[in-house]
Parts: sequence; C-alpha cells; structure tokens
Amino acid sequence: MPEKFFHPPKSLKDTPFHYCPGCSHSIAHRVLCEVIDELGIQEKALGIASIGCSCFLYFYIDVDIVEAPHGRACAAATGAKRANPDMVVFTYQGDGDFGAIGWGESFHAALRGEKITAIMMNNTLYGMTGGQASPTTIPEQKTTTTPFGKDPSESGYPLRAAEILAGLEGVAFSGRFALNNPKRILETKKAIKKAFLAQIKGLGFGFVEILSACPINWKMDPISALKRVDELTQVFPLGTFKDEVKEGQP
Amino acid sequence: MTAKKRILVKGAEAIALGALKADVDCYFGYPITPQSDIPELMARELPKRGKVFLQAESELAAINMVLGAAATGKRAMTTSSSPGISLMGEAFSYIAALELPAVVVNVMRGGPGLGGIEVSQGDYFQAVKGGGHGDYHLLVLAPCNAQEQYEFTARAFELAEKYRNPVMVLSDAILAQMKEPLELKKLKIKRYSVEEWALTGAKGRPSRFIRSLFLDAEELKEKNLTLQKKYKKMEKEARAEFIIEGGEEVIVVAFGSMARLAKEACEILKQKGYAVGMIRPITLFPFPKKAIEKVLEASAERPPVFIVPELNCGQMVEDVKLCVEGRAKVISLPYPPSVIPFPEDLEKEIKKCLKSSSIRQRA
Repeated sequence: MPEKFFHPPKSLKDTPFHYCPGCSHSIAHRVLCEVIDELGIQEKALGIASIGCSCFLYFYIDVDIVEAPHGRACAAATGAKRANPDMVVFTYQGDGDFGAIGWGESFHAALRGEKITAIMMNNTLYGMTGGQASPTTIPEQKTTTTPFGKDPSESGYPLRAAEILAGLEGVAFSGRFALNNPKRILETKKAIKKAFLAQIKGLGFGFVEILSACPINWKMDPISALKRVDELTQVFPLGTFKDEVKEGQP
Repeated sequence: MTAKKRILVKGAEAIALGALKADVDCYFGYPITPQSDIPELMARELPKRGKVFLQAESELAAINMVLGAAATGKRAMTTSSSPGISLMGEAFSYIAALELPAVVVNVMRGGPGLGGIEVSQGDYFQAVKGGGHGDYHLLVLAPCNAQEQYEFTARAFELAEKYRNPVMVLSDAILAQMKEPLELKKLKIKRYSVEEWALTGAKGRPSRFIRSLFLDAEELKEKNLTLQKKYKKMEKEARAEFIIEGGEEVIVVAFGSMARLAKEACEILKQKGYAVGMIRPITLFPFPKKAIEKVLEASAERPPVFIVPELNCGQMVEDVKLCVEGRAKVISLPYPPSVIPFPEDLEKEIKKCLKSSSIRQRA
C-alpha cells in the first residue's frame, strides 16, 4: 500500500457542504480545520457559530460548537474563554454579524484583548437573507437594499475592520486575506494559524478578515466572482496590519 | 438557646452573597441603578476566589457572556434592572432554546422607558411570560426579604441545572436597597452533573454542538414540544406562602415587596374583624395554581373575593383570574410606580373593595 499523504483534515466532518457553488465558506472551513489539526487543538476547541450562511458550522467542523445570537459571538466567546482559560475559543462570523449588529461586542472583545480568535467572512453583503447591504458594501455597489448603488453619503462608508482592530492594544494579530487563488489560500491559512497562536500564547485578540465570494448574491458566475474579489482589494487591501505573534516563541 | 448570628446587609448584597454561597463561577454585568451593589460586591469577592468577574460593555454582551460560559457547564449569572433586562430578552430566548442553565436577577425599577429608580413590579409580565421571542419560559422566583434573596439566588443555580433552563430571581428597588438582617445559613445546593452535555472540548468523546436553529419544520415542532414538556415538569416547583385558616371571605394575593405591605394590611383587617387570608406566590412561573385551587375547593359554596394588590398597573391579577376561571370575584388593586402605600392605605383600599362586594366586619 502506498503511503497516503493527502487527506481531508481530521477535524472536518465528512458532510457535503450546503453552500452555494463558488462560495468561499467551504474553502475557509477547510483551511480552518487544517489549522485546528496542525495546532492539535481539536480536543480543546470551542467554536461559536453565528447567524448567517455559516450558522451550520457545527455540521462541518468536528469540534464542540455552540450557536450565539446574531452579532453576539464575541461576547459568548468571551464568557466561554474567561470561564475556561485552557480552552481554545473561536468565532466564525460574517461581515453583518461581526461588523454591523455585533460591532459593539466584537470591538469591545478586541479592546479588552480577549484571548479569542475571530474570523470574519467579508462578502460585502448579507448573504443568507438574500443580498442586502452591509457595512462592508462598497460605494456604488448594488444590493437589494441599495438598488440604485450604494451612496456612502446616504448609507455610510465601507467598514475596514482589520485596520481598525489593528489599532487596538488588545489585538495581537489582525489582517485581511482572500481565498480566490491558491497562494492567497495558503496566506489565509497562515494568518488563521497566527490568530490562533495569538490566543494560545496568551498575547491577545486574534482577528482574520477574509474577502469572500458570493456569486449568488453578486449575480455572477463563480469565476467572475473570484475576479470581483480582486477588485474588492482596491477598497479592502490585503495584508497583515498587526502581528505580535513571533514564530517559534513557546 | 444561642442567638443565631445575623449580619445587616442590603438586599442587593444578600443576592451576591447567595450567589457566592452557590459557588458561582462567573459573573458578567453592566452597571444600572438600583442593582449596582451586586456587581460591586462581586468585583471585590470573585477574584479572591479565583472566579471570574467581568464588567461587560452592555447588558447585551453580559447575557451573551453568560450564554458562552453556561455552554461550558460553568455556573454563570448576570444581574440588572428593568431596562437592562429588556436588552437581554433575545438571549433569554436563546438560552432557553439551547437549554443552558443560567441565573439572572432583575432588580425591578419603575417603567416604561427609562421610568425611574423607585420600586416597581412592572416587569411581572416580562418575567413570567418570557420577555423574548417564541414559546419559552424562565423559572421565576419572587423573594420578599434579604433572607429570601440570599437563599433563592443560591437555589436558582440548582434549579437552573436541574432543568437546564434560565432562572430569574425577581427582586425590586426596595428589596435590593433596604438593609435587613441576614442569617448566612448553610445551604445545601445540589450540583447536577453537566458531563452529558457541556461543551468542554471533544476529548475522549465525539464533538458536540448545541443549537437552536431547526429549519426542518418537524424538528422545530419536536423541539417546542420537548420544551413544553419540561415546563410542565417544572410545575412541581410551584410554591406559595399560605396564610389561611379557613372560612376567609377575602384572599389577598401579593408577591415580593407588595406582599410585605399586604401582610400588615391583612393583620390590621383581621384585628378589625374581617375574615382575611393571604396567598404569597413564591414562584411566579410556575404560578402556584394549586394554592388558589385549594381555597376554591374548600369554599365551593361561598367562594372568597380575591384581591390582588401590585406595584404595577395590574399584571399578576391576570394569572389569578386564569386560575380562578370565573368561579370567584377577582379585584385588581394597582399601584403604578410612585410612592408606595403604607399598610394603612392598603387596608383602606381593601376595605373599599370589600364594601363594593358587600363583605362586612364580623360582629
């Protein structure tokens, strides 16, 4: 028997994803699971599922998971982590959940430097409810609630969560990444790992924003949607904005 | 006989001491009058014991921190006052649906809106009918003095674990701010095992998840029926103080601080020759239906008049009417948030009700 050198992550359940074709959630789930495996934290991880397309996180990721009300994932994660400092607690949220309804909880958890890891999937709109505008909707973008294109003077400017959080003392890692080509997928994985290490090493809040494709609500085919992610980087530049996690540090 | 050792404390402090007695693991809260003595005491005491105290950025965050800690099987609580409790409504519904144990104390103040910081029982409906969305219930305990605030808060943790349901201790501005003697009794608070469900990491067992989302209609129906079964089971926790000797023509039903006033008013009326009894609901959900049923059964020929004084515009009276089911006259005696009545004022008001019901003094 030849040695099996490629296999799905151990912490990824063998369940078909319900996500739309071309959606970035499935890649993000897989990358997250690879990190969980590599850090060996499956047995002490607690995931906080949020409200949005990724509600069903618990059907795919093979760790303990509880569902939080819309926007409150970082508060629930705070409670769980404070009560159990030895657990590794992460949230997985959308831009609406993390940055609109939950911005208060997200921001204050970061401000306090909670030792948790937060992943925010930024697809520039509310996916699950059918494509309404969110705080990350870019100027002139058409959504079901900005049918004539988003006018920032009316509906606000795009929220750059990763840059804002990077300015907080409590944050040990913050950056924005994407999943629209293999190189970027590897960079995202590296970032998620660092955001977990920020927690595990007790350095502070770890935050990863991921530009994510939503072909259905963008009314595009999957390939065009991946190209649009490139365009989004004009408004949401990719990169690490804060990194206090030094590799090799115990 | 040696005198029992008692300390003089505010009701709010008694609540905190009760939680400490139950070995609470985490307290999350946000300042609001008239309950801030609770987080202040917790901020001093919990760190000494290696436990968690955290001041949240809002009541929304506080109750969701409770949710997160409770999901891992820890004893978690929050306290607030009326407007803050409104903010927690959504999470109450989630915690009930997720079937997590949690303890919440509401030190009621005047409403609606910002209202005022005077005493009120205006959150009765919010407490017993849910407060959040969907068909769920909190188990609601109604203490009437410092001693009960201490004991009920401690007991709340046991009940929360027993039913895996949020439990609310319904206090108010007077009960929390008044200083009274408190005996720091030894309490036997049972700790139920959380092994079967707590999210402590999937070590040596398959991973678990706790959710409240059921897109499948049948699954959601089943979830609701399971919850209803649990609420039915909770009925055995129904408790009431019963000050009835038999042959009463009038039964006063009152809870919390109003029960203290009503008790005195009843004493005065008794001395004046009226046949008055009293029922003090101790659990508000489940409502002590049996106490009312017992009175009605014993007086089927000539049922008494039920008078329900409350520090609100008439809320619990609806539950009394539901129990009475038209078999007796039920009169509401509402006291909207304002200056509370003296027992003598209450006695006069009760007498007015009696006059209108043709109930007279005995010779």
